[in-house]
Amino acid sequence: MNRSFDLAISTRALRKVFSGKVAVRNLTLEVPRGEVFGFLGPNGAGKSTSVKMMLGLVFPTSGEAQILGCPAGDVKTRRRIGFLPEHFRFYDWLTPAELLKLHGRLYGIPHAELRERVSTLLDLVELTPHHDKRLRDFSKGMLQRIGLAQALLNEPDLIFLDEPTSGLDPGGRRLVRDIIRAQRDRGATVLLNSHLLGEVEITCDCVAFIKHGEVVETRKLNGAMEEQTGVSLRAGNLTADVVNGLSQWALSVRQESECLMLSVTSGAVLPEIVRYLVAKGADVYEVTPRKISLEERFLEIVGNDGGL
Amino acid sequence: MGILIMAGVTFREAVRKKLVWMALAAGAGFLTLFAIGLHYQAKDFAAHGISPVLRREIAYAMVTMGLYAVDLLAVLMTILTSVDTLSGEIASGTIQAVATKPVPRWKILAGKWWGFVAMLTTYIAIMVGGVNAVTYVMAGVTARHLVSGLLLIWMESIVLLSVTFAFGTYFSTLTSGVLALGLHGLAFLGGWIEQFGAITQTQRAISVGVIASVLMPSEALWRRAAFEMQSPLANAMRISPFSTLSVPSPTMVLYAGVYLAVALAIAVRRFSRQDL
Repeated sequence: MNRSFDLAISTRALRKVFSGKVAVRNLTLEVPRGEVFGFLGPNGAGKSTSVKMMLGLVFPTSGEAQILGCPAGDVKTRRRIGFLPEHFRFYDWLTPAELLKLHGRLYGIPHAELRERVSTLLDLVELTPHHDKRLRDFSKGMLQRIGLAQALLNEPDLIFLDEPTSGLDPGGRRLVRDIIRAQRDRGATVLLNSHLLGEVEITCDCVAFIKHGEVVETRKLNGAMEEQTGVSLRAGNLTADVVNGLSQWALSVRQESECLMLSVTSGAVLPEIVRYLVAKGADVYEVTPRKISLEERFLEIVGNDGGL
Repeated sequence: MGILIMAGVTFREAVRKKLVWMALAAGAGFLTLFAIGLHYQAKDFAAHGISPVLRREIAYAMVTMGLYAVDLLAVLMTILTSVDTLSGEIASGTIQAVATKPVPRWKILAGKWWGFVAMLTTYIAIMVGGVNAVTYVMAGVTARHLVSGLLLIWMESIVLLSVTFAFGTYFSTLTSGVLALGLHGLAFLGGWIEQFGAITQTQRAISVGVIASVLMPSEALWRRAAFEMQSPLANAMRISPFSTLSVPSPTMVLYAGVYLAVALAIAVRRFSRQDL
């Protein structure tokens, strides 16, 4: 079977330069169909520009992107795509129902079907009591909800959500999580661009870490992340050579006086590490394995300077 | 379908934001003032026993003056209402949710353009009709070739609309507004230089005016409109400030049509290829 058929998004060496400034350096990414995919990276790492290139809003300087098997920006394919922009700005003189009707008409949804869908979506995002208010009177959270409803109007196969929960209260965040899960259950693919790593950890099947405009790591959640272990190790008499030698087992090593913070691919290597340290003359007082959170992994991978 | 939807939303925006109503209220104020002026003029003429021929000529001049004011209002209305529609929506990101829908970008732009055309056509028709109605009721005259004049004023507005759209795809709202008004100002000044050049028979001054009209044919369209609408006597005798020896030719009107199409094509081309 053609592999591209299984992929909702496939980009190869995507690059974007704005007036000499590199926004996205070399984005190669594959997002399988039916997954909730987290797109993670620090501010300025090129996430939003990458999403815009996938949607055909921004034209790449080089490289290519296939969305649902068609070139990015293909007009017909957009019928199957939903998008909630990061800075959701809509015509604020409309009511939420009018906004949804306008976007539904742009999708080409028949009138009767659209009327029903608008009503269902207003209920879904809990905005029915505000259906006759103008959007200019909406709070940020309410705008985000109507933006989300707008992204679901066409029952899309692929949904891009750029920071969908940034303006929401905890109740709103849970609502978004539930909606994302429902979309996955329906068979849709969701690309979730978010800074809220806790949300991503709960919601996503897979994440890609982006740094300096390229994907540095892609990993499955609820699987590989559990295998990967953090180790807090307290030992004396450690020399620089001994610490450097730990890199044969550890993905990363950080020393804080007598404490070493290691990240290892599996807890099975811990006895080997202890034997190594003892053999090198170190005094080992404590070895504590612990699960690495997505946030820790994020900081390990992208650090604090991932932006371009 | 996309064009119709975008045209509809653009027109509705102008109505919903009270833009059209405010413009019409201002227009009503202008027409009232115009009617009061005409009323006192007519009263004065009757008191002084001015001859009917002269009265008629002055009434014609008043129509032209009223339409000149309408023309200026239409120019301002065109630029001020449309200048933000592309650059503003691009800068704010409003365009993103629309441009990711299954509608080609050229249709989004064309729809907005038609929305403004509809709004401006309504405005110009009401204002030009209003001025003529007032003079007909109060002085028994209307502009000579009313339909040609109306179409030329309308075309001037659409030329400026297309140019404003083209600027809006390249520059910020403020810069686009300054450029569009500046270009019309250049044409306006060039038109008057050409007029004086014709009166004083200074060929170089006439050339300056023609070059200004080539750069922006908006004012040339008004001068052609004035020529069409004034009485033949006023045109021949140069008794009105809008009389002209240097009448923009039908070729200039044709050129304005091509200019409009090129400006619109530039806007479409740029909008279809720019990063949003």
